[in-house]
Amino acid sequence: MPPAPPPPRQSAPCMMDLDATDRAILRALAQDATLSAAALGRRLGLGQPATWRRIRRLQEGGALAGQRLVLDRAALGFGVTVFLGISLGTKGRVSLGDFERAVTAIPEVQTVQHILGLYDYRLRVVARDLADFERVLRRRIMTLPGIAQVDANVLLSEERRPGPL
Amino acid sequence: MPVDDTDRRLLRHLQADPEQTIATLADRAGLSEAGCARRLDRLRARGVLKGRQAVIDWRRLGWAVEVSLRLTLDKTDPRAFDDLIAAARQVPEVLEIQTFLGRVDVRLGVIARDLAHYQELYRDRILTLPHIADIEALMHIADIKQGEALPL
Repeated sequence: MPPAPPPPRQSAPCMMDLDATDRAILRALAQDATLSAAALGRRLGLGQPATWRRIRRLQEGGALAGQRLVLDRAALGFGVTVFLGISLGTKGRVSLGDFERAVTAIPEVQTVQHILGLYDYRLRVVARDLADFERVLRRRIMTLPGIAQVDANVLLSEERRPGPL
Repeated sequence: MPVDDTDRRLLRHLQADPEQTIATLADRAGLSEAGCARRLDRLRARGVLKGRQAVIDWRRLGWAVEVSLRLTLDKTDPRAFDDLIAAARQVPEVLEIQTFLGRVDVRLGVIARDLAHYQELYRDRILTLPHIADIEALMHIADIKQGEALPL
């Protein structure tokens, strides 16, 4: 029997091809999305229309997936951020859909990720202080359908990196 | 002047749609355009509103694997955190570096092109980071809620 061919490297559907200029645009906008096409173009030695066309292409191809505000959490009264690892009990009998709907509706829960590993879900939760966090944990999180185990880690510092661009 | 309820309402609307025009935002928040612009300027000047950033969809760029690596460090060395963070910054595939109080000391948010690439990255760039006592990996399957919106 001939040897089996190596498995093809898996690639995401509709993967975008980027050149160095596209990558520079993504890097700049990930830092500051308020930059105009003209200002960005000047930085890259590109005309305003050409820059604008590239931004449009990155948006339409899905590489640019919207924007987020950067806010000073502490100045707005949110002094504590906690990451929770959540395990659901009696798997098979708990509806993931019910859990996901209920957890998504909690305003203090900023992100919910379904994960594979030690836990089933990873949540990012904000609160005014530790006492407020305890209230959220007891009244909102521990009462979620199917919840079996919760592991908490309080965020001390956080840094976002530009990534492989 | 502290942040008041009107500021919060303004930021809540802006957070839901960061790209809207001042006119739309003013209308939604029930303010005049001039009043809205003035408040935004003030929030920026005081560092409450720090800016706006584009969100990159790494999956669309071919980075299909996302993993949370939760590290426990060997804290007998006082430089453990500083050394590890400095070394992690040198790995381009590390998107996030967070430090914690709890069972986990540091979390690295890492992306890779596929599982083979992840394995390579893990062996050559992650396991070689200094002062690691233990690592747990959580493989990311899906984002159920995104955006990190604050409950303003």
